[in-house]
Amino acid sequence: MKRLLTVFGITAASLLAQWGGELRFCLRSDPKTFNPLLVEDEASETVRYLTGGVLIRVNRLTQELEPELATSWKISQQGRAITFQLRRGVSFSDGTPFTADDVAYTMHALMDPALHSPTGDSFRSAPGDVQTTVPAPDRITIVFPAPVAGLDRLFDQVAILSSRSPKKEAATLGPFVVSRYTPGTEVVLERNPQYWKTDAGGRRLPYLDAIHLDIQQNREIELVRFLRGELQLINTIDPEMFSRLSKQEPAMARDAGPSLESEMIWFNQNPSAPLPDYEKSWFRSQNFRRAISAAINRADICRIVYYGHAQPAVGPVSPANRFWFNAALKSHPFDPKDALARLARDGFELNNGVLRDHDGHAVEFSLITNSGNKAREQMAAMIQQDLAAIGIKLNIVTLDFRSLIERISQSSHYEACLLGLTNYDLDPSSQMNVWLSSAENHQWYPNQKKPATPWEAEIDRLMQAQAAAVVPAKRKAYFDQVQEIVSDQAPFLYLVTKDSLSAVSPAVQNVQPAMIRPQTYWNAERLALAPAQLARNAR
Amino acid sequence: MKRARNIAAGVLILIFAASLLAGFVAPAPYAAQFRDLVSAPASRRFWLGTDELGRDRWSRLLYGTRISLLLAPAAAMLATFLAVVIGGVAGYAGGWCDRVIRRVIDLFLSLPWLFLFLIVRSLLPLDATPLTSVIVTFTIMGLVGWAPAARIIRAGAQSLRNSDLVLHARACGCHGLRLVLVHIAPGLKPVIFAQFWIAIPTFILGEASLGLIGLGVAEPLPSWGNLLRELANPQSVMSNPWILAPLAVLVIVVSCFQLLLPEREFVS
Amino acid sequence: MRIRHIARHLGAFLLTTLIAGLLGATLVRFGPGFETDEQQLDPRLNIQSLQALRESHASERRLPAFYAHYLVRMATGDFGVSRSLDRPVGELLSERAPVTLRLMGAGIAGGWLLGLALALPAVWFRAPLFDLASTALSGVFLCVPSAVLALVLFFANGPVRFAIALLIFPKVFRYARNLLANAYTQPHVLAARARGLSARSVFLRHVAPWAAPQLLALAGVSLGVAFGAAIPIEVLCDFPGLGQLAWKAALARDLPVLVGLTILIAAFTQLTNAASDLAIAACTREQA
Repeated sequence: MKRLLTVFGITAASLLAQWGGELRFCLRSDPKTFNPLLVEDEASETVRYLTGGVLIRVNRLTQELEPELATSWKISQQGRAITFQLRRGVSFSDGTPFTADDVAYTMHALMDPALHSPTGDSFRSAPGDVQTTVPAPDRITIVFPAPVAGLDRLFDQVAILSSRSPKKEAATLGPFVVSRYTPGTEVVLERNPQYWKTDAGGRRLPYLDAIHLDIQQNREIELVRFLRGELQLINTIDPEMFSRLSKQEPAMARDAGPSLESEMIWFNQNPSAPLPDYEKSWFRSQNFRRAISAAINRADICRIVYYGHAQPAVGPVSPANRFWFNAALKSHPFDPKDALARLARDGFELNNGVLRDHDGHAVEFSLITNSGNKAREQMAAMIQQDLAAIGIKLNIVTLDFRSLIERISQSSHYEACLLGLTNYDLDPSSQMNVWLSSAENHQWYPNQKKPATPWEAEIDRLMQAQAAAVVPAKRKAYFDQVQEIVSDQAPFLYLVTKDSLSAVSPAVQNVQPAMIRPQTYWNAERLALAPAQLARNAR
Repeated sequence: MKRARNIAAGVLILIFAASLLAGFVAPAPYAAQFRDLVSAPASRRFWLGTDELGRDRWSRLLYGTRISLLLAPAAAMLATFLAVVIGGVAGYAGGWCDRVIRRVIDLFLSLPWLFLFLIVRSLLPLDATPLTSVIVTFTIMGLVGWAPAARIIRAGAQSLRNSDLVLHARACGCHGLRLVLVHIAPGLKPVIFAQFWIAIPTFILGEASLGLIGLGVAEPLPSWGNLLRELANPQSVMSNPWILAPLAVLVIVVSCFQLLLPEREFVS
Repeated sequence: MRIRHIARHLGAFLLTTLIAGLLGATLVRFGPGFETDEQQLDPRLNIQSLQALRESHASERRLPAFYAHYLVRMATGDFGVSRSLDRPVGELLSERAPVTLRLMGAGIAGGWLLGLALALPAVWFRAPLFDLASTALSGVFLCVPSAVLALVLFFANGPVRFAIALLIFPKVFRYARNLLANAYTQPHVLAARARGLSARSVFLRHVAPWAAPQLLALAGVSLGVAFGAAIPIEVLCDFPGLGQLAWKAALARDLPVLVGLTILIAAFTQLTNAASDLAIAACTREQA
């Protein structure tokens, strides 16, 4: 039913859509690279999404896979190989024909061990070279050195490069092509005249003639320009500005539901950290961590810091991730009495408003977070108050981002840390380096020689199992168990899951804000400007 | 003019007293969050309304005034003292001493001092209280911010050295320390005071700018710096004009200082 | 004799500039977070990639060697490549310098014009109300953060460039007003007025030359103030100038950019201060 409505909606929209015009919105920083294989920051990702052609696309609304440049595909050898049937008659933006050789070239370039990119590393489940076989110009089989979990979904991030075009990366298969880049100011994308997708009437998409990306970091200025009509979209907008916008222009403020982003706290459980032993024993205690979690009022944080546009987080997976979210889990409830009861089990006692451990040490610790993020600073202040209510003194230390990274990755000189989690991918295999105890991003105690606790060993086993399994239902069963362990042991205290907030001007048509990135322009080839806006552009 | 100075003195004493007695005068602790009354407008209970976390703005202004009023002048004094010593020696001594000091001043004006702040911050222990870190921040500002004032004092000292007054004194046999203390220092006094009172709001604003990159005062301690940061959002100012209160207090304090200073400022 | 004099000054100039670069590099190198990268937190990167990230900092680890290489390359006009923006530093500097210079120029010119425009009438006409109003106005602008001023101007659809002017004029106003008031009490000026010279003549030939040296010293300092104010304005209002570059490079611990910028700023500061000193010397010589 939903699919029928979507198809109907698209057809109707395409019949009514107007051709031409320039869409304008902002990038938060300069794109670091225009090479789609090296993309790591958000601005480069935006440019890649709008200009790159991929074999398989994840539909941001339905979260299902859709054929793009590949009309069909088949995974074989337990997830080690994938065979694509490619679309015929497609050309790059400069006219060079698209064939299986281009896919082979792209995959070889991506899997080059000297190329250290997040996209490439996602495919690199084991060292070794990738093998490509091209039995026909429109068929290709790619064999990886080891099985890759969720192989097909990963191709959503691989923009195909041309092996023959003299323009190299500048020749694209996506709806737009980069026409101008003024550093510090703007990136202008123009319609790709050779784009293969057509609308219902058979005319070549995209509807838009160009997309103008302004480089603007100041969000206040961005909002003012949006209200003035200079910009037609704000892809992600802060909750405070969203609430202001919804008072002023309610129709333009769109809340698509929970996003994949959440905020969390963790305690330093590294035994070699330069902290007093009694503090280390606090942080390693499950009762202590669960008690802190119970003492934090998440509902207040959602209401005050996020203006109601967030919900208490359940775990590492957001409810927006329909398939992988463990719906049986609930977020830790706010219960200071339960917190004190748990602490009492470990010998903590509340005396004269000060909580002390069984040795008499007053419970005091610091929370580091990055500066310049107002929401985090406010959350830290609220948590400080919540913990003061159970006799814990929290010291908030804001650091600039690099100093923070040094503390959590290198010197391990911190007690607790408040940071956010951005999931790039719906598949939990992309988070392997967070859950494996031997990995670097296992934040609370990275690079373990062997698992320090039985539950971490269990998580290791389950994550390896889900990566090796092929049947999605089995993988989900394993990962559901991981989520249960995480909720129970609370190495990360998940605080809130933020909503996906955007601003959409009535000047743009066909925008359907989604919960995952890119929220508003995931269907860029079908975005069109309203007639009034086109007339304004023409002037 | 006399009346204006008396009024200024009175206002300053009032503000000082109110901030020093903040513990008794403030209706609520500065960190207390009234979570049901977030961003409330001014009322009988909250004279300046509440901020985004439901904290009483009036209490925060009182406590913040105390911190900034004590620390910024202290830092300004430190910076001015260094500027007087270094700039004064350069201007008075002349010759190669002057040349070397000029270069040192230029050096000080060009270095990226942000990193010194970052280094010192990272060396502070994790349990350093917010007050400690703000004292350290202002101290560094004082130790580093003397260079612009030194240039001006140097120019003043130099023209004093060449002035008739000093020439006359030297002709009369006065030299060395006595010359400096009796003839030059009084001539420099107006310049020094001018630089001192300009330095105070400069350091307060400097603390506000440092706050933008996380080197400011840690939560929940209020200071004029982080109260002034709320102004960076003009839309919220228009909807809640009480946010301008810290700015108003700062302007009043600075103007009062200005009125209290001796009128003659320049070397003759 | 003249040549030795110039050579000595040039030598001192170069030495100071180089020391500034070295000290700046030291501050950055030993600051916290030097060898880190934001990418480290991306869980998709595998161990080899993380290792490669760490190795990429290797050339900057040993500071004396790095600085020596940097200077040698700088002599050939190569200022290195920015780590965070992936572009040659020289290109970045030459692209962004005009933006900052325009911002600073507008600010300094506007600030001095406004400051003098308020100070001169205050001294000539001695209207106490005007004096009080100007003092109050300058007092207000002395207390507002420069970035806030810029944002207010933006939202009011005004010229954002003049935010720096509003920051500088209070300092100029007060200093100039008191200086000129003092000037009018000088014996030689009193003598000139007693002799019946016209007000314009008194001002141009007796007051202004006397006040010029100290005003020029302030002018030299204005440049430093203007640049300091330009940084938060550029960062908050998204002007792609040197201030924004300095900020981004500081956050990213981008050593080549920061060393290049420090050297540039050191050279610029010395040149402007030297120019202001020369002007002061010229005025004082004229007086004597």
